[in-house]
Parts: sequence; structure tokens; C-alpha cells
Amino acid sequence: MGSSRSSLRRVPDGQQLLQETGFSAAVLLRLHQRFQFLDKDSRGHLRSEDLEAELSENPMGDRIVGAFFQPGQETVDFPSFVRVLAHFRPTEKNRTRGGEQPEPANSRNRKLKFAFQLYDRDRDGKISRTELLQQVLREMLGLQVTEEQLQSIAERAIQEADLDRDHAICFDEFRKSLEKVNIDHKMSVRFLE
Amino acid sequence: TENTRGTHIICFSTLKGKLPVFTMDYSRIQIPFEFTLWVLLASFSKIGFHIYQKITIWIPESCLLIGIGLIVGGIMYSVKEEPPAVLSSDVFFLYMLPPIVLENGYFMPTRPFFENVGTVLWYAVVGTLWNSIGIGLSLFAICQFEVFDLQDINLQENLLFASIISTVDPVAALKVFDDVGVNEQIYIVIFGEGLFSDAVTVVLYNMFAFLADMPVIDSVDVFLGLARFFVVGIGGVLFGLLFGFMAAFTSRFTSRVREIEPLFVFMFSYLAYLVAELFAISSIMALITCAITMKYYVEENVSQRSCTTIRHVVKMLATISETLIFFFLGVVTITTVHEWNWAFILFTLLFAFLWRGFGILVLTQIINPFRTIQFNLKDQFGLAYGGLRGAICFALVFTLGNTINRRNLFVTASIAIIIFTVFIQGISIRPIVEYIKIRRTNKDLNTINVEIHTRTMEHLLCGIEDLCGQWGHYYWKDKFKKFNDRFLRRILLRDRKAESSIVSMYKKLELQNAIELLDTTMGDISAAPSLVSLQDEKKEASRPKKTFKATDIRKMHDILSKNMYRIRQRTTAFTSKYGLPDDSQTREILIRRHASIQRSLRAESFPCKFSHWLIICLPLVIPEVDRLRSSGVSPRSSSRSLIPMSKLNTIEERRSPVEASVFTGSNIRGRRAPVPAARRRSPNRVDEDEDEIVSEGQGEERHLPPRGWAPENRDLGTNEAGNSLLRPSSLRSQRSWRI
Repeated sequence: MGSSRSSLRRVPDGQQLLQETGFSAAVLLRLHQRFQFLDKDSRGHLRSEDLEAELSENPMGDRIVGAFFQPGQETVDFPSFVRVLAHFRPTEKNRTRGGEQPEPANSRNRKLKFAFQLYDRDRDGKISRTELLQQVLREMLGLQVTEEQLQSIAERAIQEADLDRDHAICFDEFRKSLEKVNIDHKMSVRFLE
Repeated sequence: TENTRGTHIICFSTLKGKLPVFTMDYSRIQIPFEFTLWVLLASFSKIGFHIYQKITIWIPESCLLIGIGLIVGGIMYSVKEEPPAVLSSDVFFLYMLPPIVLENGYFMPTRPFFENVGTVLWYAVVGTLWNSIGIGLSLFAICQFEVFDLQDINLQENLLFASIISTVDPVAALKVFDDVGVNEQIYIVIFGEGLFSDAVTVVLYNMFAFLADMPVIDSVDVFLGLARFFVVGIGGVLFGLLFGFMAAFTSRFTSRVREIEPLFVFMFSYLAYLVAELFAISSIMALITCAITMKYYVEENVSQRSCTTIRHVVKMLATISETLIFFFLGVVTITTVHEWNWAFILFTLLFAFLWRGFGILVLTQIINPFRTIQFNLKDQFGLAYGGLRGAICFALVFTLGNTINRRNLFVTASIAIIIFTVFIQGISIRPIVEYIKIRRTNKDLNTINVEIHTRTMEHLLCGIEDLCGQWGHYYWKDKFKKFNDRFLRRILLRDRKAESSIVSMYKKLELQNAIELLDTTMGDISAAPSLVSLQDEKKEASRPKKTFKATDIRKMHDILSKNMYRIRQRTTAFTSKYGLPDDSQTREILIRRHASIQRSLRAESFPCKFSHWLIICLPLVIPEVDRLRSSGVSPRSSSRSLIPMSKLNTIEERRSPVEASVFTGSNIRGRRAPVPAARRRSPNRVDEDEDEIVSEGQGEERHLPPRGWAPENRDLGTNEAGNSLLRPSSLRSQRSWRI
């Protein structure tokens, strides 16, 4: 315990991050080591190329990378890196929430919001048909389907979820369509517990 | 007369040395005949249970079958007949067990299984070991008490007996869980435990049987036993994979011999079982692995009919086997020789319960930290209580050799446990599960949204795991998927296109919709079901863009609902793209249906004219659609020339922008069962509306002569792009055509 606390001092804003994200000290240290590994030139921050190198095969790679960067920024420092990863911590069972505590990063709502923002790149609060269609589905389905089929699938998806008939999926509709899915199970990485 | 075959030839001829007119030779057919009679008897009782539906909800079928078996056994006992030796070792293990295991393996829900494979194996293997050793040792301790008169049972025999009764056969529990819909995790754990504990028990049994014969046991033997365990398990899996791949590979070449396609599935899986038995490795594991491996590839290669046949036959064989087993359990209970010892039997029951419950608790505590969805106490109770004993236990105890001097006691004790668990636990598990409210499963996850988002999340998590540098669950899943796509699919599948689950889900849902719509309209044409649900009517009402009279809307709905072309588009789309039965056949069927429906309608009424018109137009539509699909034209741009339908000009203009949305809306909402709404509409109301249309249609109406069935009416086809009901509109650019 003592050794990890001393090495925690090497982590910038260590204590504050611990509180904010809810990670344990050991996990935070491992993440810091990982960050330093990814940061090949030891610049203290990451650029998108560093992250993309890891995700080259992932069809959603560039979107995931994009989620780390705040709009307009080109670099990611360690606290931002950790804050994004905090979304993927498994939720604890017996969390008592006082009224004044801010919603923790790994709550179901925040996880869903993260997933929603993967689709909604222009951050207008809605997943429009083109966003869903051309970008996400095409990335995932590759060349398996024709253009028509892709449009049909996207159309169907929107019509299933679109309750207010605006031809787009807003965050509430997104959440409602996934209400029966165990989000905690599907969006948690055990390593980060 | 001299007979060379049987001994029961009865000659009714009165003339000696002449040709017998009527003979009977029972011994020749005895075995197949008796087999058939037993199967029929068991099946009749099964029919009997289901006549009164409520019984099977509260009393599991296995109980009922055992009950009937007991009755039949009583009858046989009283006439001093011996039942056939069905539950003796070879017949059971070579003929009756494989179908059941095949069914379990074939219909295993693979995704939850592989997500929980660690847990399942943990409970199955370690749990069975725990139970066996625990019960064995406790019983041995009890046997030491002189008062029970059990001192001649030594440790090996106790362990042997304990290993026999610790195998679970949760058939009845699974049915209850399935009906009630408990959460997937418990279901798959009990399912897997049932499967694999059989394998473990057989290994343990053989090991302990071997050891029971030996006078002295060294520690070396224990290690050998452990090594054997691994050999048996892993060997079984390897054999299963081998035969599974052989079957999959074979099915790649069977496109010209479709009639025997199902054969390969059965032969290869049985071969896997037998070859594993040959080498005395776990045949159950081999069969399960073979079935799981085979299923995925074979179902993609074989025709739809073969696929249905395979599934059906697998289920049928398994049901027969299971029925017979429980039935004979009842029969043999009465007719076998028993030895009753209160102490032994009661303590066996007690320890079986205790050790299972305790075992589940301890094992769950250890495995829970490794699981994302952890088992709470209710889940654990469900797991413990669902551990019924069954057929394997019974068969194994019958194979105990006569070197075991208290064999009859063991037999009696096993039967007692089986009957107790099946009856008491089997009957009570349903009310208990419902009462304590175990977490239920979310069965309604069949939406394309869930599928898309789940895939996205999987990719996301895979990426996050990559970023964290960790090889987690999703990493392996991804790796396997890539390996599968690159190598296995290429070799084993005839048609190598990889298909994402999103596309399959989409196809499945579309197909469901098409069938639903086809069913409703086809069945109910005289009642003109409105396929547009009330939801959509409200939707139209809320649109501020156009205002329509309510009557118009109703008319639109009627006409649209009768527009078979929409459904035909769908089904032709499927015939051309997705490989359902070829087009001419379905068209023919539709035409015939129309003709027969038409005959049942009155001659003068509008619906008749309407259906005439539809029938006329239908065949014109189909080639249109086909042409369009084959030319790859985008649906939106083609709609103009697509349907040469209504000449009802007066209604068109108002209608066209809306019907597209009504149309597409109904297509989607079709899934949410507009059928009930449809069937509620009375024929009378429809007739009125149509008459209104007739009056509004003015001159147009005369364009629809009440011709007979005249498929080659080309005039209607070529013109009036503008008169199409489905005139393209601005809305079309937003909503795609539901083809």
C-alpha cells in the first residue's frame, strides 16, 4: 500500500483522479504505465496516431479514438485518458449515493451516453440516418451488404427506435431501446475494477 | 411340419404335409415388435398427459412417466413377467443415451454457453467431484456405526455409490426454468452442468469401480486417476471436433443429394460417440462437441428442408429416448429385487441435499469474483434446488457388478433418490421459483437496434481492451471470429460469404414481417384487414403537412391493405435475394389462393371487383419487381414505374404523400402485430368505404371491368406512371421503399 502510494505521486493529479474516477490505486498505476507505453516519444500526451496504432483492425477504431479527444483538441493527457476509461469500470453493487455526489463516470447512464456519442459524431444530440447508415453500419458490415440492404437496415433501426417521429434517434430513444440489455455487463472491462 | 426358424410356428392346417394356410411366427419378430409396443405405450401415455394441459404445468412429465411406468411394472410383476433389459448397460449407453445427448448438444444455446464456459465447467467438474467425495466420505462415516448394519461397505464402494448419485439430470428443472423464463445465466449453468456432470460421473465411476476391485490403493493411483480424467475429457473434445469438422466438410458437397443430407449429421455424431467409447474416453463430451461444431457449418450448407428435418428428427429421437427411460424407471422399480435399509437411504438423501447445497454455496463464492454477472443467493438456491437426479444415475447403478455385495441396497437407494428428487423437487420447483422471484431473462431482445448496438459495444470494448493492453474476453472472441472467417468458413462452407449477425437479424425480422402480412391478408381478404395499425393512423393525424378527411384515411388504409403487391414485393425480394423457394412457385400459390378467395366472394360487391383487379395486377407486379431488383435499381427511384395500380385519380393526389409513410410505417409496425387491429375491422365497414370509393371514382371505376381471372392483361401494366397509387413524392426521398 505504501509503495503504491509513493509511486502514485508520479502520476499527475493522482489523488484527484482516484476520487474522480473511482479506480483503485493499483489500476491507476497500471493505466499510467500503459499511457507511458503508448506515449512513445515521452511527450506527456498522446496524439491520435498513437491510439490508432493500437486499434488498426477495429472497425470502429477511429471513432473510439475520436471519443478520447475533446472537440478541438489534438492531444490527450493522462487525466483525460483516465477519465474516458473510467466509463468502463464495472459498476459496484452497493453504491450509496448521496444527493450531492455527481453521477459517477461508470453509471449506466454515462456508459450509454458514451456509446451514444460514438454514433453521434457531430454532437447534435441525435443519431441521424446518415450517421447511423453510412458511417457505423458500413464500417461494421463492410462489403457484406449492398447499399440497398444497408439503407433498409438503417431505416428499420430508426423506425424501431424512433418514438417521436423525427427520423432520428435521440438519446432517450436510444436508452429506451436498450432498456432490457444489461449495459453493465456489456460495457465493462474487468481489468479496470 | 419341420420348422427351422422359430419354435412357435402354429399350423392351423388340418392336413398334415400340406401347405399351411395360416401360420404365425412370433419369435421371429419378437424383438422389434416388443420394442415398437413399448415405444407406442410410452408415447400414448405422453399423449394422454397433454390432453389435459394443466397437468403438465404443475407435474413434470418425468414424474407422470415414472408413475405410468410404476403401474405397468405392477401389472408385469403380478403376471410374473420380466421387463426387457432396457436399462442394462449396453442398450442404455449405446442406444438410449446418445439421442438425448445429441439433442442437448445440438440445441445448446452456444453464445451464452461460451460466455459462461468457465463457470459451467467449474460447477460441473468441481461440483461433481465435491459432491461425490463429500457424500462418499459422509456415508462411509455413517457406515461405521454398528447399529445400522452397514459395516461391510468399504470406502471404495461408498465413493463409487456417491459418484453414481451425484450426477444431475435436470430435465424437469430445465423445463420449468424455460417456462418461467429465469435468467439465462442460471439456465445455462444448470444445462451445462447436466451435460458435463454425466461425463465426469462416468469417468469417476469407472475409476472408482476399478479401484473398488483393487485391495489396496496407492497415492499413485490417485494421480493416475487425475491424469486419466484429463485424458478422457480433452480426448473427448478432440474427437468431437474431428468428427464435427468432417461432417461439416461433407455437407459442403451434398448439394446434389439433398435427400440424404440429414443422414450425415446423425451418422457422424453417432460415429464420434462410438469411437470415443472404443477408446474409453468421454463419449458424451465427444458427442456434444461434435454437435456444437457441426451445427453451425452444416446449417449453413444444407437446404432449408434438410435443416428442418435434422432438427425435427433430433428432437423426436431424444423425446422417444427420454420417454422410454423414465417409463422403464417406473417399470423396473417394481420388478427389481430390493433391499431396504432405512439408515442408508435416509442418510443418502440427507447428504445429497446437504452437500449439493453446501457445494453450490462454496463454489459460487469462489467463482463470483470472476464473473461480471454474479450469482445472488436466489440464483444459488435455484441452482442447488434444480439438481435433480435421473436416468444416468439409474443406468450406472444397474451396471454395478455383482462383486459389490450390497448391490441391491445401492440399487434401492438410487431409485429412492431419483424418485424423491424427481417427484418432490420436480413438482415443487415451479412454485418455489416463482415465489422467490429469481431474476428473469429478457426474452424480448429481438430488435435490430439491440443487435446493432450490441455489436457496436463489442467492438468498442474490444478496442478499449486493446488500448489497455489487456487480453480480455472480447479479445479472444474477436480472434476466434477472425480465425473462423478466414480459415474455417472457407473450407467448410459451400457459400463463403460471411454474414454479420446484424444482417441475419435483419433478414429474420423482415421475413417474419413478410409472413405475418402475407398471412393476415391472405387469410382475411374478405374482411379487408387494415394492415396499418392504429398507431399509424394517429401518426398520420399528427402530421401537420396535409390534412385528410377521416374517411379518406380509412379508404387509403383499405386500398393499401388490399394491395398485395407490397407483400409480393417483399416475398419476391426474398425469393430473389435470400433463397427461399423460387418465384414461380410462390406466385402460383398466391394466384391459386386468390382464385379460391375470389370464388367465395359475392359477384356484385366491390371487394370482388377489387380482388379481380388485384389479381390482374399481381403478375404484372412481379416481373416488374424482379426486373428492378436484378438491375439493382434503387427502390426510391424506381417506384414511379413500379406499380401500375389504381386508376382512381381523384384519390391519388391526396393520398400519395401519405401512403408511403403509412405504408412503410405499417411495414415496420407490422412486427408489433397489427394483426389484432386488422382482424377487428368488420367486413361491413369495409364494404361501405369501398362503395364510397366507387362513387368517387367516377369514370375511373369503369376501367376495372369485372373480368375474370386474366393474367395476361398487359394494358394495365404499361402506362400511368402518374396514376400510380405509389406516386413518388418528396416524402420518398426521406423514407425508403420497403422492398
